[in-house]
Amino acid sequence: MPEIGLNHYLVLSAILFSLGLFGIMTRRNAVVVLMGVELILNAANLNLVAFSKYNGTMSGVMFSMFGIVLAAAEAAVALAIVLNIYATFKTVDVGEIDTMRE
Amino acid sequence: MENLDFGTIAYQAIFYLFAAIIVISAAMVVFSRSIIYSAFSLLFTLFGVSAMYVYLSADFIAVAQIVVYVGGILILLLFGVMLTNRITQERLLTDVFNLIPSLIIMLAVLGALLYTFLYRAKWHTGEPRTTTVVEPIGYEIITNYVLPFEIVSILLFVALIGAAYIARSEKKVSLGK
Repeated sequence: MPEIGLNHYLVLSAILFSLGLFGIMTRRNAVVVLMGVELILNAANLNLVAFSKYNGTMSGVMFSMFGIVLAAAEAAVALAIVLNIYATFKTVDVGEIDTMRE
Repeated sequence: MENLDFGTIAYQAIFYLFAAIIVISAAMVVFSRSIIYSAFSLLFTLFGVSAMYVYLSADFIAVAQIVVYVGGILILLLFGVMLTNRITQERLLTDVFNLIPSLIIMLAVLGALLYTFLYRAKWHTGEPRTTTVVEPIGYEIITNYVLPFEIVSILLFVALIGAAYIARSEKKVSLGK
């Protein structure tokens, strides 16, 4: 077992990112798509903090902290939009929200 | 073998335990057929990522993750699940159409990322930081990162006002006559 190094955290964040990407591309419920977006944001934050530790600088940690705040703001606005979609279409299936399509 | 004492073994074993918790919970978020299972698996994923932040000596970020993500965003997502589905309905529509291209794209992205991280990139690693991160964050916020800090607070304010306005319940028709 090698010593826990930078590569372990990079592999972990790559796996989290690809799972979130799969969730965004596959799921039909809009709230589950938002959960996938949160997975991607967590993967990016984990990557930033890992680089900050193994570089000795502080910029990764600050970037990640502002990223957490922005993820909270984005989740609030996205859920408000999803509630509006439910009020208009009576469903949150992303395949059925296509009135803007030709 | 180097010093294979109990401390090193426990350190690595708990790291792999938390990594397994993160990966398995994230897989359950994405592959589960029930929305409630997805939401609660996301809870375990966020706690696992918070534990990883503790391993990375970023204790303030770990606690901020629990307070903001688990205590804020996850509750918001659970409210979204509650308000946009009928309570007795837990089945989702099947995801047959997008499954194979999504699987190919996901494996391609994962392979490209892992190949780049492990074989092609030469990271400049310096001295690892081992101290607590609370005081450096406080110092950086008021010296080097003042502008992002203030702008982010204004942005949060605007975003929350906007979200509350968009999601209000009593809407009059506001377009045209």
